[in-house]
Amino acid sequence: MAEKIVYQRPKSWIEGVHTHYCPGCTHGIIHRMICETLDELDIRDITTGIAPVGCAALMYGYIDTDFIEAPHGRAPAVATGFKRIRPDRLIFTYQGDGDLASIGMGEIVHAANRSENITVIFVNNAIYGMTGGQMAPTTLLGQKTTTTPDGRDPQRAGYPIRVSELLASLASPCYIERVSAAKPAHLHGLKKAIRKAFRNQMENKGFSLVEVLSTCPTNWGMRPTVACDWLVNNMIPYYPLGVFKDFE
Amino acid sequence: MGKTLMKGTEAIAEAAIQAGCRYFYGYPITPQNEIPEYMSKRLFEVGGVYVQAESEVAASNMILGGGTTGERVMTSSSSPGISLMSEAISYIAGQEVPVVVVNVVRAGPGLGGILPSQSDYNQATCGIGHGDFNMIVLAPGSLQEAVDMMQKSFDLAQKYRIPVMLLCDGVIGQIMEAVEIPPGHGKNLSEPEKWACGYMKERGGKRTIIRSLFLDPEELEAHNRKLEAKWHEIEKNETSCEKYLTDDAEVVISAFGTVGRIARTAVDDLRAEGYRVGLIRPLVISPFPYDDFESLIPGCRHILDVEMNWGQMLKDVNRGVRYRLPVSFYGRSGGMCPGVSEIKEECRRIFAKLSGEGGDQ
Ligand SMILES: Cc1ncc(C[n+]2csc(CCOP(=O)(O)OP(=O)(O)O)c2C)c(N)n1
Ligand code: SF4
Ligand SMILES: [Mg+2]
Repeated sequence: MAEKIVYQRPKSWIEGVHTHYCPGCTHGIIHRMICETLDELDIRDITTGIAPVGCAALMYGYIDTDFIEAPHGRAPAVATGFKRIRPDRLIFTYQGDGDLASIGMGEIVHAANRSENITVIFVNNAIYGMTGGQMAPTTLLGQKTTTTPDGRDPQRAGYPIRVSELLASLASPCYIERVSAAKPAHLHGLKKAIRKAFRNQMENKGFSLVEVLSTCPTNWGMRPTVACDWLVNNMIPYYPLGVFKDFE
Repeated sequence: MGKTLMKGTEAIAEAAIQAGCRYFYGYPITPQNEIPEYMSKRLFEVGGVYVQAESEVAASNMILGGGTTGERVMTSSSSPGISLMSEAISYIAGQEVPVVVVNVVRAGPGLGGILPSQSDYNQATCGIGHGDFNMIVLAPGSLQEAVDMMQKSFDLAQKYRIPVMLLCDGVIGQIMEAVEIPPGHGKNLSEPEKWACGYMKERGGKRTIIRSLFLDPEELEAHNRKLEAKWHEIEKNETSCEKYLTDDAEVVISAFGTVGRIARTAVDDLRAEGYRVGLIRPLVISPFPYDDFESLIPGCRHILDVEMNWGQMLKDVNRGVRYRLPVSFYGRSGGMCPGVSEIKEECRRIFAKLSGEGGDQ
């Protein structure tokens, strides 16, 4: 009987490396979906990633493509500079919610508004993971972080920003969808969205952004499975999954 | 091509195109707006790209991304905008990306004023961005020099994979004068740079990572050592300094940029009056031509440093003359330019003092 492969390491995943992510962190799942997409579309060697400042700063250690490091929040500008010179190449940014929605809010809004032909993977884990769990612009009301010890209070810190909805209010972007990495049932949608965001770029359709709701068990102070449930019960009601913009 | 009458900023922009620059990312700020305006038209005529960035923060990160392709990229701005670029310039230096930044300096601090100034000498030569790194800074004294230095800026950036700044004062940006923009040379476009990003396919799957993050201190020290060795090489090869009538001069004026040009007129006038005065003018202010200053020591009795700021170059002048010559300072600030007569007056005072001390003038 012929052997049937049901699961294997994507070719774009660098052989033999293990990530530095905390156990149960969903950054790793999102990386894997990017790798599978690069393999399936056969675009690994024409793709350049822009690494963020955040927990994924070392992602070039895992995904086997060209990489450029960007300063905190500036990935969309770095991507713009590159893509305008090499429109024949694919480029993606991978950015956390502190990176994209706080310090880098200006860069992402204007890259979207110019509809730069780039792919953005936006990882929303409602917290600053790398610096040890401070409030992010996406931190939920009442959510405890090291800088909102009594929970986020809108009087002091405003309301959490819904990035997909905000960017979808612009006329220019091509595709914006919010997906989740928390449950096996979500992963098909996650993969489909990432694939579409790359395909759009290959077809020169313009700016595509996939917002991925992601867990940070370490800084949320939860076991991984509890963190996944917390995401479903608390993040998805405020950050509904779905397509916010699609120019097809 | 012969000489044509051009505005400074436009001549600088055309010179960049002649030097092979095809990609410009910028944000408006006076007094350099004609550079992005010129580029937004001309670059598309020559098959290049112009992007109006949303801020200088973005523009400088665009040249970071663009520069990784190995193509000739640039931005231009003026003082407040350059402050915003200092973050990216640190990354650009750490990631060894060749870029050119034109700074048409205006008077600060803060929003300051829009008239010419040299108040960003410190920022350009030793204070831009965090970390252990250096940037090459060229300081033209006339529009023709600025035009010629544009070619040199791109060549140096590419040769050393380093950020290069053309530090102009607002006079050079806004002056109208006859210049010749010779057809320059770009990079060899058919051959990608060996280190450039975006050629994984052409390299048979071998990838490139352009980064400045080295969490292992030994690795970071090794990286910084490499940057430092490169800088020593630049110090050895790339300093540039003009000495005018310094051989027999008792008093030497030190000045850079437009002030050098004004001081030269003062020197000519004073020579006609019989004063033994000369001029030393660094054309490259980083790396600074310390040795050229040291060579003044045997004959010179006094240095008068003249700048359009409160004396930012003084520490380099003093270091250059090994702290062995008296150095005094005359400067104007806030957009005021020292005039020829002010400089002459200051020189006469110095000569009077020297003759009281038993000089031969
Ligand atoms: C200019 C600058 N400011 C602050 C920091 C510190 N810093 C590093 S990562 C980070 C936040 C990362 O959070 P996020 O983007 O949400 O990524 P995550 O780690 O959660 O994946 C901050 C503030 C920095 N490196 N640079
Ligand atoms: S700190 Fe949070 S986001 Fe970062 S690796 Fe750990 S779990 Fe993931
Ligand atoms: Mg985060």
